[in-house]
Amino acid sequence: MLKYTIQRLFSLIPILLVVAVIVFLLAHMTPGDPVTVLLGDEASEEAKAELRHELGFDLPVYTQFVNWFTGVVTGDLGMSFFLKKPVTEVFADYLGPTISLAIYAQIIAIVISLFLGVIAAKKRGTFTDQTVMGFSLLGISVPSFLVGLFLILLFAVQLQWFPVAGYRPLSEGLWEHLRYLTLPAIALGMMQAGLITRMTRSSMLDVMKSNYIKTAKSKGLHQNRITYKHALRNSFIPILTVIGESFGTLITGAAVVETVFNIPGIGQLIVNSIERRDFTVIQGTVLLITVTYVLLNLTVDLLYGVVDPRVRLNRKK
Amino acid sequence: MKSEAEVKTNYRVKKQKSIARIFSNHMLLTGLVIIVIMAIISVLAPFIAPYDPYAIDPLNRLKPPSVEHFFGTDDFGRDLFSRVIYGTRISFFIGAVVAILAGVIGLIVGLISAYYSILDHILMRIVDGIYAFPSILLALAIVAVRGPDVVNVLIALVIVYIPSIARVVRSAALVVKEQTFVEALNAQGASKWRVLVIHTIPNLLSPLIIQVTFVFAVAIITEAALSFLGAGIPAPSPSLGNILFDGKNVIYHSWWMTVFPGSFIILLVLGLNLAGDGLRDLLDPKIVNAKRKKSRLIKTGKKVGRHGQQ
Amino acid sequence: MDNNKHLLDIRGLKVSFWTEKGRLTAVEDATFSIKKGETIGVVGESGCGKSVTSESILQLHDEQLTDYEGQILYKDRNLLDEPERKLRKIRGNEISMIFQDPMSSLNPVFTIGNQLVESLMLHRKPSKKAAYEKAIDVLRQTGIPSPEKRIHDYPHQLSGGMRQRVMIALAISCEPELLIADEPTTALDVTTQAQILDVLNELQEKTAMGIMMITHDLAVVAETCDRVVVMYLGQVIEETTVDQLFENALHPYTIGLLKSMPSMESDRSDQLFEIEGTVPALENIPTGCRFADRCPFATNKCLQEAPVLENATVSHKVRCWNYEEIALERGNGYATTTS
Repeated sequence: MLKYTIQRLFSLIPILLVVAVIVFLLAHMTPGDPVTVLLGDEASEEAKAELRHELGFDLPVYTQFVNWFTGVVTGDLGMSFFLKKPVTEVFADYLGPTISLAIYAQIIAIVISLFLGVIAAKKRGTFTDQTVMGFSLLGISVPSFLVGLFLILLFAVQLQWFPVAGYRPLSEGLWEHLRYLTLPAIALGMMQAGLITRMTRSSMLDVMKSNYIKTAKSKGLHQNRITYKHALRNSFIPILTVIGESFGTLITGAAVVETVFNIPGIGQLIVNSIERRDFTVIQGTVLLITVTYVLLNLTVDLLYGVVDPRVRLNRKK
Repeated sequence: MKSEAEVKTNYRVKKQKSIARIFSNHMLLTGLVIIVIMAIISVLAPFIAPYDPYAIDPLNRLKPPSVEHFFGTDDFGRDLFSRVIYGTRISFFIGAVVAILAGVIGLIVGLISAYYSILDHILMRIVDGIYAFPSILLALAIVAVRGPDVVNVLIALVIVYIPSIARVVRSAALVVKEQTFVEALNAQGASKWRVLVIHTIPNLLSPLIIQVTFVFAVAIITEAALSFLGAGIPAPSPSLGNILFDGKNVIYHSWWMTVFPGSFIILLVLGLNLAGDGLRDLLDPKIVNAKRKKSRLIKTGKKVGRHGQQ
Repeated sequence: MDNNKHLLDIRGLKVSFWTEKGRLTAVEDATFSIKKGETIGVVGESGCGKSVTSESILQLHDEQLTDYEGQILYKDRNLLDEPERKLRKIRGNEISMIFQDPMSSLNPVFTIGNQLVESLMLHRKPSKKAAYEKAIDVLRQTGIPSPEKRIHDYPHQLSGGMRQRVMIALAISCEPELLIADEPTTALDVTTQAQILDVLNELQEKTAMGIMMITHDLAVVAETCDRVVVMYLGQVIEETTVDQLFENALHPYTIGLLKSMPSMESDRSDQLFEIEGTVPALENIPTGCRFADRCPFATNKCLQEAPVLENATVSHKVRCWNYEEIALERGNGYATTTS
């Protein structure tokens, strides 16, 4: 298992390297001179030259990359041009709400979709099944910020069950925290819920066809025990894959949903940085989120072993 | 041996069946109808829109839907119906252009990596690298750096969605390459290009078309999200995303600013997803069987499941 | 219990499935019975309905897609009328099954101990410790070496033969009265096949359970069975004792099957006999005799009228219009006395 984990980590190196190059190139994608973009057209040549030197833009591109990359590897993502703070620090300041939101959304999505997916599989072909599948298609089709807007209209403006927007940190109490996060979490979780529901259903249907389910039935087990013990556990690998992949997209999705609900998370940080043209922050944030995303996918991959003894034992060898 | 005529009739029957199947495939049909309507709206926007989408009318700000303004007016008093129609036009246009460009470039990249193993390593590393980014995030960053305008949004979306198409094309091409008929053609001395253009590409079309349809859909979503975040189509051009952005500020009292553009996005994306799912059912024989089985069984009033197993 | 009384008596069983081609009848008029301690073989080509019949006994088919007609009498109770709740008490407890493919018949994510104990706990409700002891005991009975270690293994850690032994252990753990073995040896290599059949024979001697052995392999039948039921396209076409079957087969299909069996004595240059044509699909079953268009003896009557299962002798049933002529032609001992 350890060997396998190390192997997988090594296989990520080329991908992460390409990611780093792309992120580095982002700063060079500005139309025209980045320094002019940063300082505005009216800035004096001296000021521009000074900033260019400060940012290292006067060096050859590959030297710039090496310098930047050495920084990245040692945990130095540069300074925020606007906030005058290290990017890593800025990132940490905004991380909490995003993680809270993503986890809450993921939990909501998993609970809803496992439930719906199993029901749809059990009642396949019926009206219930079609309703569930329609719901999941809708979940996949409607972008999260739009779900968020509709949820605000219905539950915050019309029914006034939840606050329209805003954020309360966990330190103000779990209840307050969740009350403010519920609508955003549902909005964010809808797409994952749609994906996971589909996968749960099809995976359950596949598994229900297998011979060991027939064996289980021939043993005299109750249908519920067959469904929830024998089938669900076997359906879990593809479901887990979708959950893993979707958790990565949740973190980015969170960025968009945060804007809808004015939650001070990474999303807000990115949007604000775009307005401030704070490129180092954009660069750093994009890099950090992508690396997190890649590592999350790896974690999910490693988790298969926990669910499926076949994978676990093969890796031991 | 079957006579040639027999083979031909069989072929014709098959073809008729596939046309019949498009119609029996409700998802695909619904999806196509929605897409066609949206396409007509986009093309005919100048004729459909009753007002100039840019015409400001400060006296009629944020009026609810009425006979004069079907969808009401926005915070500048502009006719929301006209703006939504033009917004649909931009969204549809961006989605279509991204789908076509990413489709063509993805096809080329995928084919090159399938056929030239040296380039394959380099191209696939880049593709994997771009694929590793959450797509909205990368698009957002590109537009943020380059500045919000239509061309930059297009560039960002094309870059972001090439990998998914290149991957699909590459893996499908690798499968075709290994198939016996291609080997036979190579043995017969058919030129590489001939094999590629006449025999390989047609076999890649179904996965490509399906993937392009989904890219079309996500490109529309991503564009809307970018515009909503202020990194997409810049005001005052109407786009469904930036109308929603304006709508968010007045969501307390002007629901129409959210509901109408929102519904159009949903319709667009739903139509494309339905068509994509339907196409996949139609073109992928494995799934077709399962699904057709299902629809028939529903028709006969029985439920779906395992059957006929001996 | 009276030894002559039928343990299981299937009468006119008809099983149909709802499929995309409409309602297909996979088994029609299956009639045969099994006594206590008896082994009955059910033979036929794949697709002839033998597995469908066997799985119908415990109603393992998808209930929403399957229609059962006729009677399946188990100890005089018609299983087709029993509610699901009572069926569950019978499944795995009084009647249990072994399936064809040991590779896929065990749940890959649970240890074999877990799967064995689950069944025991369900029907016998012992303490957990007792259940584990019993599980080790049945594993030992099926000839698994060091069962106390194997019990913690996952199915994929065992060989095919070992897995089939586990399946058998699972099936016999609650000491069933009837064991249905659906091609238990097909997926295994020849040596393992023999071992598995031995295990089954030994167990039967000890417990006097009835065994229904489904197979397409007449060699297995010859080795293990008392009586044989031959099925073709969903129907029972011949039923008799093993000896009669090999000596005096009456149905042209059975004769064909016997001829197509490779034997030790036959010259290698001899081509194996092959029954002409293929089994028709279930959606276009012929109106007359179902075997007619492949049958060398077929007459016009065969094409038009469907034959019924008749008694050729007291212990020999056959579904054929021409069995008497066939018997004469082949010089069967009793053919003349039956008319």
